[in-house]
Amino acid sequence: MAAGSTYTPLANTTLASTQTEVNFTSISQIYTDLVLVVAGSTTSATSLFMRVGNGSVDTASNYSVTRLYGSGSAASSDNLTSQDVMYISTGNFTTANTIVNLQNYSNTTTYKTMIYRLNMPAAFVGANVNLWRSTSAINTIKVYVTSSTLTVGSTFTLYGIAAA
Amino acid sequence: MSLILGILAQSGGAAASASSYESIATVTVGSGGSSSVSFTSIPSTFKHLQLRIFAATNRGTYSLDNIFGTFNGDSSAAYSFHGLEGSFGGASGNATANNTDFRTGTISSSASPNIFAASIVDILDYADTNKYKTTRSLSGFDLNGTISGIGGFVQLYSSNWRSTSAVTSITLNRQSGSNFIQYSSFALYGIKG
Repeated sequence: MAAGSTYTPLANTTLASTQTEVNFTSISQIYTDLVLVVAGSTTSATSLFMRVGNGSVDTASNYSVTRLYGSGSAASSDNLTSQDVMYISTGNFTTANTIVNLQNYSNTTTYKTMIYRLNMPAAFVGANVNLWRSTSAINTIKVYVTSSTLTVGSTFTLYGIAAA
Repeated sequence: MSLILGILAQSGGAAASASSYESIATVTVGSGGSSSVSFTSIPSTFKHLQLRIFAATNRGTYSLDNIFGTFNGDSSAAYSFHGLEGSFGGASGNATANNTDFRTGTISSSASPNIFAASIVDILDYADTNKYKTTRSLSGFDLNGTISGIGGFVQLYSSNWRSTSAVTSITLNRQSGSNFIQYSSFALYGIKG
């Protein structure tokens, strides 16, 4: 049965000054999926990291990823196990956009799978799937850099999608 | 058990929101599992459809399985697809012509407990009776390494259904396991033009 309109904006941050991190906390649990849209740049080439958690972000080595990317000269793939972060852009986040899908984020039965496309026209295009080995519901997300800063005007928008 | 979910026609009345993205129907698999999932009587009032899948099968031997789909009950050789995938074994591509179903991607199985695959499938211009139908999907799962020699997959697929009929039903089947397992969910959304 149809349930009506969804894809609801939950939070939107446009940086008015350079920052090193953006946090989404107390995320509502009433949706089925979350979609995080990041469009921005950094002051120098760097990776953009993400952590998720319940109450606070998980800093343990509970993340892993399978990656596919095209660099302009070749297609490549690899996987990283037991990481303490997710890489939502890798190595050259100067200007990019990424749309991260966090599916069934509020369930407390399964591990969480997050899938996303990475669009960095100056470096590569890619697709990643991340696993967070926790059955906790996700109610907090941190997006951050460690060796650069996020520039003014970078946007971070979180949407909720509710299934019928 | 096979889950069949009927869909009521969208209301065009006063309750409609200005939003262009609407939930049409969802199937969540119960404790008995489900051998297939169907969406029927899909209204033609949207421009595009999107399927958002979070699923695994009960295949016990390997930690991967596949989802195949058909439109309007058509299991003739009217489908084709190209795929690009990354895995622990490297990047590769694949294609099949004159296939009997469309491809959404590889999913996980009971051999990798607690791990469910995610898939997002867009079905563009699904109600247009002047063109064949094209889908695109982004799918994958990660296993934090390998289980019985199998690691994760991330995949891009595009499928074609050589029919000008409007899509009014979608059926999704698993390949090797006998059932989609409990907590698998399949949500269908409509996007207005």
